[in-house]
Parts: sequence; structure tokens; C-alpha cells
Amino acid sequence: MQKYSIFSLIKNAFSNHEKWDLAWKDPNPKSEYDAVIIGGGGHGLATAYYLAKEHKITNIAVIEKGWIGGGNIGRNTTIIRSNFMYDDNARFNEFGMNLWRNMSQELNFNVMFSPRGIINLAHSDAQMNAYARRGNSMRLNGIDAVLLDRDEVKKIIPMADFSEDVRYPIFGGLAQPSAGTARHDAVAWGYARQADSMGVDIIQNCEVTGFDVSGGKITGVRTSRGNIKTKKIGLCVAGSTNVLAEKLNMTLPIETHLLQACVSEPVKPVLDGVVTFGAGHFYISQSDKGEMVMGGDLDGYNSYAQKGNLPTIQHVLTGGIALFPFLSRLKMLRTWGGIMDMSMDGSPIIDKTHIEGLYLNCGWCYGGFKSVPSSGWTFAHTIAQDRVHELNEGFSLDRFSKGYLLDEKGLGTKTWIS
Amino acid sequence: MLNIKCPYCGDRSQKEFAYGGDGTIIRPELNKDISDEKWDEFVYLRKSPRGKHIELWHHIAGCRQWFKVQRDTVTHEIFKTAKMNEEIK
Repeated sequence: MQKYSIFSLIKNAFSNHEKWDLAWKDPNPKSEYDAVIIGGGGHGLATAYYLAKEHKITNIAVIEKGWIGGGNIGRNTTIIRSNFMYDDNARFNEFGMNLWRNMSQELNFNVMFSPRGIINLAHSDAQMNAYARRGNSMRLNGIDAVLLDRDEVKKIIPMADFSEDVRYPIFGGLAQPSAGTARHDAVAWGYARQADSMGVDIIQNCEVTGFDVSGGKITGVRTSRGNIKTKKIGLCVAGSTNVLAEKLNMTLPIETHLLQACVSEPVKPVLDGVVTFGAGHFYISQSDKGEMVMGGDLDGYNSYAQKGNLPTIQHVLTGGIALFPFLSRLKMLRTWGGIMDMSMDGSPIIDKTHIEGLYLNCGWCYGGFKSVPSSGWTFAHTIAQDRVHELNEGFSLDRFSKGYLLDEKGLGTKTWIS
Repeated sequence: MLNIKCPYCGDRSQKEFAYGGDGTIIRPELNKDISDEKWDEFVYLRKSPRGKHIELWHHIAGCRQWFKVQRDTVTHEIFKTAKMNEEIK
């Protein structure tokens, strides 16, 4: 594989950049693989990469119904953080933060990881107390957390509305200075390119139509491009989890919902990190191009449409303008939607299943992007060793029936309610 | 925006309604021994089909009645609405 560097850039300039190698090949599926990963998004590609790199399993295929980077990996708002209170979530995502910090070097692909911090705003004394508690839990897990008072928040986001007579006056906030954003497409492409170079087949435009299971064991997968024999299948299909589970006669603690996001026209730098305004169902960051990247609530009903309806965007931006009045002058450039695998406690599932050789990676709700490296790393371990790693043992499928929920937000089973 | 026909009030904008989830889930019978599996099914497991879905909506800013809606989860087209004691086939 051609290494990307300043020298290869100069060298290729002489041939008008027409002679670069393809970043990954476009192979036809073979009839048999050691493992098949279904879903060519961030999680699937990262899983394939770590299977090849950490476990030396390279006779694998990633099969994708659409194209690499066309699903949620290209539709999220690129926020990377580990500001969780529960140990399982905190350790898992902090492990991921370390992978993020080194990702551009490791993948030889600039993912533009930019740790400029995140602030969760608080609007009452009770919320400040709750944030102090969460911050302390984070620090016990080695994660940086800083409780900010009103004046400290004002120094960082002076353009916010700090009036005292508004519905949600700003009391302070909880910051994680090491959180940040990255370029999401580059993450998918970087993992795809490295996985491909180690021998992984990345097969696009290949839809799964069924599974072959015999004697309680996986024996193969049927696709629109032919049948593939394999003993191990990893499902990383986010919003399509229920559709494939149905083909396996499985019912899961997952519902598929629609989430929208939007960006404004680009403006000069105004916002450094990420700000979340939970009370107003709104969060925001500014992209390197200057666009204000914004999101908020789910549309709120089961949906597989990868596009949303206007009332939710209106609701989100109403919250946005309440916090940052200057947003009312900006024009919207784009809105889009993706489909989320909402788990019944808001935390993911990375586990084995009752079918031998079938591994499940789902339930990312609206927080899957930050977990791409840690999910890929632990899922690869789970598939290769046929046992969960201590980092993902809390994300078990049977935690629901056993009552060991990881309800980080305390929302109960209806995680789609806002 | 969805246009939902409340069986009591008629066509109204989505803004008047709150979503109530899968409308086919049946609560285990009261005063009987219920296995953990049955509880698990009732509380957590959802089919979440791609296509026709029978679900509950609440006319929260209207007559405040709960009712059933049959809706396509891909196109968002609404086929039928019915009162809680009526069947949608």
C-alpha cells in the first residue's frame, strides 16, 4: 500500500494526481471466509481492521448493502467524548479516547481529530449537583472533568444568552476538555483502506438476504451477490439490526428511530468546542469549514426513513436560538437524517448470541460515532476469541432479562422519549 | 409533518399528538405467576418492523384519548387509525 505523506503528495503532483493507488479494491465475494462482518460503516470497518491487526484473522469480508461511509458514519455530528458516569460506559469510551488520539498516525489517514472540549450546560442548583457527581465519577475513572460556574462558562461562550430572566438560565456546566470532533468520512475511509491492505475484502452493493444456520451454528450468509460460507458473522448494522434479526427469528431490545441533524452556512470562527443544551434539546459545534453543526431530538416514532420531518428541525432550532440568539440570522445549508438502533436502556450491546458464531454489535442509540474504535476493538476480540473482553462485558444482551441495566440517562425503556 | 386522524376528533397535525410505541404489546395477566422470560418480552423486546407498524398515539393536546395507528415506518404513510378496543387487521 502506498503511504500517504508529504513526499507521496509531491511525487504525485508531477503526474497531476492521476496515478494514486485505489484506497481499497472492489473484489467479488469469495465462496468462503473465516469471518464475515455485515455492515460497512464505522463499526464494521473498525472491527475488520482490528480482527486483521490484533488477531491476525485476514480472510474476512465486510459486506455492505450500500456504499462505505453512506450510513450513520457519514450522517452523525462527529462528537467524540467519554463523559459517562457508569463504569462500564466510562472505561469503554475512555479506552476509545486513547485510540482516537493516535488514529491519524495509526491509519496513515488524517481523521482531523480535534480535541477542543465539550460543555454540558446546567440550569439549576440540582443539575449542578448532579454534574458534580458525574464529574467525580468520571475522574475516578481517569477521565478529565471540570465543573464550570456561570462566569467560567461565560468566558468560553460569551455569545450565549446569559440573561437571568430566561426559561433556562445558565448556572454553569460540566466540561470534558479532552473531548472533541473528527472528520467522520475519513474515519470510515481510513479503517477501510488499512483493512483492505491487510487482505480484508470490502464488498459494497451487497445486500444480506438470509442466513444459513444448522444445529444452532452459523454456517453461512446469503447475499444479493451469492452465498458465502462462514462460521462467524458479526452484525454491525445499526438501524437495520431489527430487519436482520427478523431473518434470524430473533427479537431484540432495540427499536429503530429517526434522528436528524443540520448545518448552517459557514461563518467565521465563533464556537471552539461542543456545547450541549439538554434542557433545550439542542447541541452544537462548529466545523472546520465554519458551518454550525446542530442536532437535537429524535423525530420520536419508529422509522426506517433516512430523512426526517420539519417539526423536529423547527423544535431543535427553537432551542438553539434560545441559547445562541445569533443563530436566527444564519441560513440553513442542509438537513439530513439517519436511523438509530435505540436500545431499551440507552447503552449498546456487544455480545455473543444463542446462535454459535453469531455476534451482535448494536444499540448505539445516537452515540455510535465516538465509540467506533473501542467498539471495533472489543467486537474484534469478542469474535476472534469467542468471548467478551472485560471492556464490553457490561454490554451484554442478557442484561435486560437479568435486570443489570446501564441506564446512563435514567430514561427507562422508552429511550426515544424526549 | 404527519397528519393523524384521531378516531374521536378527525384529522389533526402531528404537533397535537405524543407517540406511545408499539401497539401490539400485551401486558401479562395480573395476579398470575409470570416467568422472567414473559416479563422480558413484555418490557424490553420489540420487533420494530420495517414497513407496516401498529402503534399507539396519544391526542395529548386534544381530546387526550389513546388510540391505535397503522403506519408505514419507511414512507410514514398512515393507513388506518382505530380506537383502543378496535382491531386493526
